Parts: sequence; C-alpha cells; structure tokens
Amino acid sequence: MASRHVHVAPREVPAELQLRTATALAVAFVVFALIGARLWYLQVARGPEMRSLSENNRIRIVRVPAARGVVYDRHGEILIDNRPSFDVVFVPEDARDRRHVLRKLAGFLGEEEPRLHQTAHAPSKRPPYQGIVLRRDVDWDGVVALETHQLDLPGVSLQVGPRRYYPFGPLAAHLLGYVGEISISELADGTNGYRPGDLLGKAGLEKAWDAELRGEAGGQQVEVDALGRRVRVLEEEHDKPGGTLTLTLDRDLQETAERALGEADGALVALDPRNGEILAMVSHPAYDPNVFARGVRREEWRALVQDRKRPLNNRAVQGQFPPGSTFKVAVATGALEEGVVTPFTSVSCSGGIPYGNHFFRCWRKGGHGTMNIHSAVVQSCDVFFYQIGQRLGVDGIAEYARRLGLGLPTGIALEHEKGGTIPDTRWKRRRFNQPWFGGETLSVAIGQGYVTATPLQMANLAATLANGGTRYRPRYVKRVEAPDGSLREIEPDVVGEAHLKKSTIAQIQSAMRDVVMTDSGTGKKARVAGVTIAGKTGTSQVVAMGEDRKRSNLGAEATRDHAWFIAFAPVEAPEIAIGCIVEHAGAGGGAVAAPVVQQVLERYFTRDQGPAPPPAAQEVKVAAPVGSDREAHAVRPTAHHPL
Amino acid sequence: MRFDRRLITHFEWLLPLLALAVSGIGAMTVYSATYTPGAEGPAPFALRQLTWLAAGCAAMLAVLAFDYRRLEHSGFLIYALLLAAVLAVPVLGRVVSGSRRWLALGPVSIQPSEFMKLGLVIVLAQHFAATPGVRLGPREAVLPLVLTALPAAAILAQPDLGTVAVIGLVMLTMLVLGGVRLRWLGTLAAIVAVLAPLIWPHLKPYQQRRVLTFVNPDLDPLGAGYHVIQSKIAVGSGLVWGKGFLHGTQNQLNFLPEQHTDFIFSVFAEEWGFVGALVLLALYLALVLRGLVIASRARDRFGVLLALGVTAIVFWQAVVNLGMTTGLLPVVGITLPFFSYGGSSLLCLLAGIGLVMNVSMRRYFF
Repeated sequence: MASRHVHVAPREVPAELQLRTATALAVAFVVFALIGARLWYLQVARGPEMRSLSENNRIRIVRVPAARGVVYDRHGEILIDNRPSFDVVFVPEDARDRRHVLRKLAGFLGEEEPRLHQTAHAPSKRPPYQGIVLRRDVDWDGVVALETHQLDLPGVSLQVGPRRYYPFGPLAAHLLGYVGEISISELADGTNGYRPGDLLGKAGLEKAWDAELRGEAGGQQVEVDALGRRVRVLEEEHDKPGGTLTLTLDRDLQETAERALGEADGALVALDPRNGEILAMVSHPAYDPNVFARGVRREEWRALVQDRKRPLNNRAVQGQFPPGSTFKVAVATGALEEGVVTPFTSVSCSGGIPYGNHFFRCWRKGGHGTMNIHSAVVQSCDVFFYQIGQRLGVDGIAEYARRLGLGLPTGIALEHEKGGTIPDTRWKRRRFNQPWFGGETLSVAIGQGYVTATPLQMANLAATLANGGTRYRPRYVKRVEAPDGSLREIEPDVVGEAHLKKSTIAQIQSAMRDVVMTDSGTGKKARVAGVTIAGKTGTSQVVAMGEDRKRSNLGAEATRDHAWFIAFAPVEAPEIAIGCIVEHAGAGGGAVAAPVVQQVLERYFTRDQGPAPPPAAQEVKVAAPVGSDREAHAVRPTAHHPL
Repeated sequence: MRFDRRLITHFEWLLPLLALAVSGIGAMTVYSATYTPGAEGPAPFALRQLTWLAAGCAAMLAVLAFDYRRLEHSGFLIYALLLAAVLAVPVLGRVVSGSRRWLALGPVSIQPSEFMKLGLVIVLAQHFAATPGVRLGPREAVLPLVLTALPAAAILAQPDLGTVAVIGLVMLTMLVLGGVRLRWLGTLAAIVAVLAPLIWPHLKPYQQRRVLTFVNPDLDPLGAGYHVIQSKIAVGSGLVWGKGFLHGTQNQLNFLPEQHTDFIFSVFAEEWGFVGALVLLALYLALVLRGLVIASRARDRFGVLLALGVTAIVFWQAVVNLGMTTGLLPVVGITLPFFSYGGSSLLCLLAGIGLVMNVSMRRYFF
C-alpha cells in the first residue's frame, strides 16, 4: 500500500508552521498553569472559607413569589386583589429532629400534627434546602408565637408573601376562578418557568390568563447560619408583579344577577350584543375562591368535589341543558329563511297532534286555536312548531341552530367549555349508527330530545338575533396592562355571520318583543317600565319525554323541569342580551326565569351610568369605555327614560 | 492489505493510556456524582458509561486498522453525512431538558454534534493539506469558515452553545496552525469587533440580558450565578486532600447543576482535593502535549493537521470546562472530555485518539 499518491513530500511541514505548533505547546502550558493556580486559590488559599460555606449549604436561594396582577371590573372596581400573608416555611434539612419540631409547631399554630406531617412529606420535586410552605396566612397570634419561640423551632421561619384576595367572596367565582400550588403533573407537562411551590391559576380567568397575571418571581441569595437562620443577603433580584386585567364584567350587574338567582341552582349570562362583552356571568351553586387562596383543606376539597350539585362547575359554559321552547326562535328563523312558512301561514292548535302511534301534546291542554308564526312564538305554541319543524326537517333546523351559534363552543377563554348538541341525520348515524326517525324531529322542534345548549350559547343566540346576525366570541377581558405600563386592548372578535334576511330578523325580533310586551305573551314578567324588551321563555323537561318520567326513580326535585328565559333590550338598539336557566324550577320559564332576568334588566336600565366609579377608575385609564356607555344611554330613545 | 510489523514496533502507547486513565477516573466520578446514599442495586449511569468506554476502545482500534491517508479523499463525504445527521436532529430529534440534541438509533441515542466535531477536523485537515504551503490568504480561509458555519448554525439552534464554542475554537486553531496568515485572522477579528456594537442595539432586551449574563454570571444571582458559586464552593471545600470518594456534600445534596456532565469536575475536585485536581490537570496536559508532539512528527500535512485538530478538541473542551467550573470563564454547557457522562462524546474522543495514534504509527510509512 506504500506509495499511494501523497500530495506533499514527507516531513515537509514548513518551518513557520513548526513554529506555530511550538507556540501552541507553550500556550497549552501557560493555560494549564493558570487553571492550576486558580485551583490553588480556591482549594488552598480560600479553601477553609469554602469548606465552611459548603457545610449545611450556607448559601441558599430564597424565592420571593411575585404578586399576581390585580383584576378590575369595567368600572375600575377591584375584583381580585392581593394582601400580605404570613406563611410558615419549613426547611426539613435544618431540623435535626423533624417530628419534634413539627409537634411543637402544631401546638403553636393550633393545628393537628398529622396534617403538618402530611404537608411536610407530601411528594414533590423540591430541591434540598428549599422551604416547604406548611401553612399560609397565619393569624397574628401565630406570628407572635413563632417569633418568640424561634430558637425552639429550627428550620421554621415566617415569610411574608402576597395572597390572593377576592373581596366579594363567591361573586362571579366561576369566571374569576382560583389559584393553587402547582402540582407535580402540571410541573411535568412542560409549563415553562414554573417551579415547585409556585402558585398557578387553576380555574376561570386565573387559569386562562395565568401567563399575563403571574409575574416573575424574584429571589434572594442568602447566607444562613448552622440553624438555617439568615445571616445576610448576598444578592437580590426583585420580583416582577403580574399584569393587570380590566374586565368587561359589571360588578354591580353581577351582584344583581347573583341576588336575583338567589338560592336556586342555575346560570345567567348577560352580554353586550354589540361586541360580545360579558357583563355578568353567574353559576349557582358557587364557592368562595378565598378558600383556595389560603390553601384548601382536604375535607373542604373533598366536599366541593363530591357535592352532587357540582359547585366547582361553571354551568354557564359547561352545563348542557335542553333549551326547550327558547329553541323555537331558531326553528322560526329557519322556517322564515327557507320560506317554509310566511308570516301569514296559519296552523290550528287543538292541544296536540298524533304522529305515528304517539300523541304529541301542546303545553296548553285546550289548544291555542289558529296560530301564525308570530303568535306561535308569543304564546309558545308547540303544535305550530311540530308542524313547521316537520316541514323544515331536522337538517334544516340544525343548519339554522348552528348559524345562530349552537352546537359548537363559543370560543370564550374559559376551560372546559362545552358545545352542546345539535342533532341531525349525520350526527345520529355517527353517534348511534341509526337512521333519523320522523318523530324525533318533533321533539327537536321544541328544543327537546337530543338538543342541548349552554346558557352562554343561549345568551349569545339572543345577542346574535339582537344585532342582526353577527356572532361575536364572548369575552370578558377588556384590557391587559403589562407591568411596564403598556396597554393591550382586547378587540371584539367576530367569529361568524348568520346571513339572515332583514325581514326575518325583523319578524323574529317583533315576535320576541311581544313575548314580553303583550299580555298574551309568556314572558310578560320580564317587563321593565320604559324599556322595550324582547325575550323567549322555555321550559325544558329533565327526563326525556312523557312516560319515562314516571318510571325514573330520581328524586322529586331532580325530575322537575328547568326554566329558561332569553332576552335582549332595548329592542330598538339592543345593548344587553341575557340567557338564564333556573334548574329544576318546577315551573315554567315565564314564571321563574323571566322574573330573574327582569331584575337584571331593571338594574341595568334604571341605574344611572352604573355605580359611581371608585377612585381606582381614574388611575386605570378607562375614559373611553365609561364615555361610550354614557353615549349609549344618551342615544337611547327618550321614551326609555321616564325618569 | 498485509499486516505490517512496523505497526507493532511503532505502536503508540502513551496517548491511549493517558486517555484511558482519564476515562477511568471519569467513570468513577460519574458513579459518585449519580450515587444516592442508601440506594441498592447497580449504578445505571456508571455502567452505561463503562459500556460506552468499551465501545470507544473498539472504535479506537478499528480506526487504527486503515491508513489515515485514506480519509484524505473522503473528508467531504464524511462531512456531508454528518451534516445531514446534524440537520436531521431538529426534525427527528429527541428533547432532553429543553434542547433537542439526540437522534434515536435503535436502543441508543446518539448526539450527531459530537461526531460533527471530528468530521470537521477531518474536512479542514483535507482542505489545508490540499492547499500549498503557508501564508494563506482569505481565499483559503473562506471555505473553512463556511464549512464550520453550516453545522454551527444548526447546533446553535438546538440550542447547544457550548458545542458551537468548541467548534469555533477548533476551527480557529486549525486556521492558525494550518497556515492562514495571522494578518487575515486579525482582519477577521476586527470585522467582528466592529460589527458587534452595530448589532447590539437591535437585539431585544432579553437577548441582551442573556448575552450579558453569559459573560458575567453574577448578573443572574438566582440562576447561572448561583451555579457558579455552588461549583466554586464545591471545588474549594475539597481543600488539599479532598472529602473522599462518595463524600462530597455539595454533590450529594444535588446542589450542583448537571453534576454528572458539565459540572463533574466540581464533584471530582470536592472529593479528591487540590492533589487530585492537579493529577487530573497533569493528565490532560500530558494528553495535549503528546498530541502536539505527534503532530509535529507526522510525515505529511494531512497527518499534522489531523493530529492538531483532535488535540485542539481535547484542549479547548478541557480548558473551557475547567474554566467554567472554577469560575474563570462564562458558563456554557461543555462537558469535560473523556470524563463527563455521555456516550457519543466518549466514543468520538476515543475514535479521535485512534486517529492520532494512526498518524503517529504510520509516520515512517511512505
């Protein structure tokens, strides 16, 4: 193999390169000598000092959690705030006898010892020497006790940190949500920048806007003594507070709605049909997010989770209910658009119609007599809708229900939003592998059967009819103010158009107006003096149809009907749309749900311009929204201002 | 090919012995760094490291079997294949602690960027061997720059700043020792020095911050700065004789970041003290000096540059890593050659040692 072509004659390495190689040799020597000198400095000259720092890990990082952003309502009232809390922090590595320390601590705090053990030994990815928060928000007596007995409690210290505070307790709890300590699984799924012990939004806007609200934790590099007490702070990095949110929510209206719904289970959503801004969102039963802020106890958590009424669920977006007669406005819209009926088409109602071997009843036993589409909506005649539902067909109904925003989530920024169900022949085939039966169309035509919708969807449907056919993505955040002062306005987001004829909109609106404004209407209990209100009542059966109810062995309350009411006002220039359900009301929408909505509308239209803005409002630059509200009131026809 | 007796008479003993000595101490320290007191059973990291060590020895011997001059004609092919592997990482790679560096090959994962270092040395050696003499101008320097920039950009995106730094330093070393005029290199440095302040204002604040904390870790007292402090404390607390094997407290308390890879030297220095650290330092120095001696004795320019390149990899990685763990240099993720845990790195370095041995043993062949 010897002489394969060799480019350069052997050994012909130029002298200059030989020199450079020799220089490299010298450089290597010098560099290694430098490192050796550095080692001598660290290990010999400063060695003893380093040795003492290494014992007990004398230099530690103490994290200083950032204050989460404050949340205001649309008028600048504080809905979520922070207040200082004294937290008990325990570094197990600093305590020789942990059981002993925890027993003493339990005595001082009036806490059960096993619970402290549980918290101290809960599995976590805690790095060594990182403190564990044993108890948040200790009261003043506890603080004094711990301070005076510090020497008996090695490894225990008090740390002042911001605690989440919800001044109105359960008000709008589901929308606001709550925070909690990050769990191991949440840490694992790559939530960037979070560390064990960090607080994290777990529900509601606290979760959806966590990135904006959380801020950035700071920390201190501290030197501690052998007992873990800090000797001095070496370095400090300040925490950066989170951004501020201004909501579209109206605290005053929210409170009115919460009070109007009272003890009943159910939900109410009020939004602005001109832009999709949520003005109020109620879900009952509710919970107090402050319980989570101070650290929820195991029994409390279990009680909340096991409660059959599911207080943690946000019914407004997660509850899927048959919409009952409120769905008739969607069917009527489709019938008019498709020309299945004209305003003059009449149907005679004698209290029910036979279909197959089943008799479909109208809710009014004696029948309504001759009905046209207007009077059928006003009086909610079932027979009329059985008839036109058959003419439109289930696929036609589904088409218009979807155009009005049903069947798919609205896209609101809240977790686990449901989309409800709008059945059609394809859906039935996919879901049950069965053909569609004609009788089922009759149930669908009156909002029963497979049809379900969330209260938010129904409010949004009312809004879409009110504004002439534009579907907005409902949103509840108006503005985000970053810690550096930069503002981000959240703009209205149009997600679709219903593409309806002007005449159809006018007819539906006029029928819905007469539901409330005429004495024969089913929704007259929603009236507010001086305002033209449009609405639609609904009563939805909980157990499918007819006979099933007797066979079911659910409790009496659980089988009672739900009461629905949807509304918008003023009809001439709508600025509020509402969807409301009262679960298991046991009476019709007109009797139970309409009065609830009435209270909200009355509050909205009779107060001046909302509550006097508190001082904070000036600080947050809200000139525009408050101003625009005033304008809206001025524009409203004087007839609506009897005052 | 007939077996040549001269391969035996000229067998290079010193270099592989030095490399194996460092690797052995390294595997032992990997064991200590991943040791949990009270844990029963085998030590998975140390065992895996020993397996890779064996594979590395096999690779080293395999590299001896052929004349290194054969590589002179396949440098670009090797380079292209490795570049393809590096470019495949973002698409097919596996993410480990925030960066995507590994390719899965059956039961093992390999890090193509480690192989790329060797590939770059071969292709640069080929390039300079093909260009005559000394005092090369910019024309000869452009191709090496391009050849380096391609993989460097891909590796930077992984992100793996440390490997990019090593690749850059190795390339510069080969430019200097390959004969590019120092004046041209000076011009190059001047261009970079002029451009840097022009680019600076256009960087985003967080990018500026990242660069600044890289240069000065004290600006990030809760992150990199803290790591450096803990590393210095670990090294310093070893004093003269060390705390003893498996008795490093900084390490045992998981206080060091990446204690079995980037910061393994802190573990070693804590347990073996100043004396142990000096012995290790001497072993590295001997490795580098032996590499340079072999380079200067090689029979052709390709051999010279091959040996220089491999030696440069070992030298720069050792210096940057030791500088980082003792607080002399910024913290970049660089492993200690032969020593840190990591299969691809160990395998490539031992194969590189095989190349240098190859150059040494065939210096009398013509």
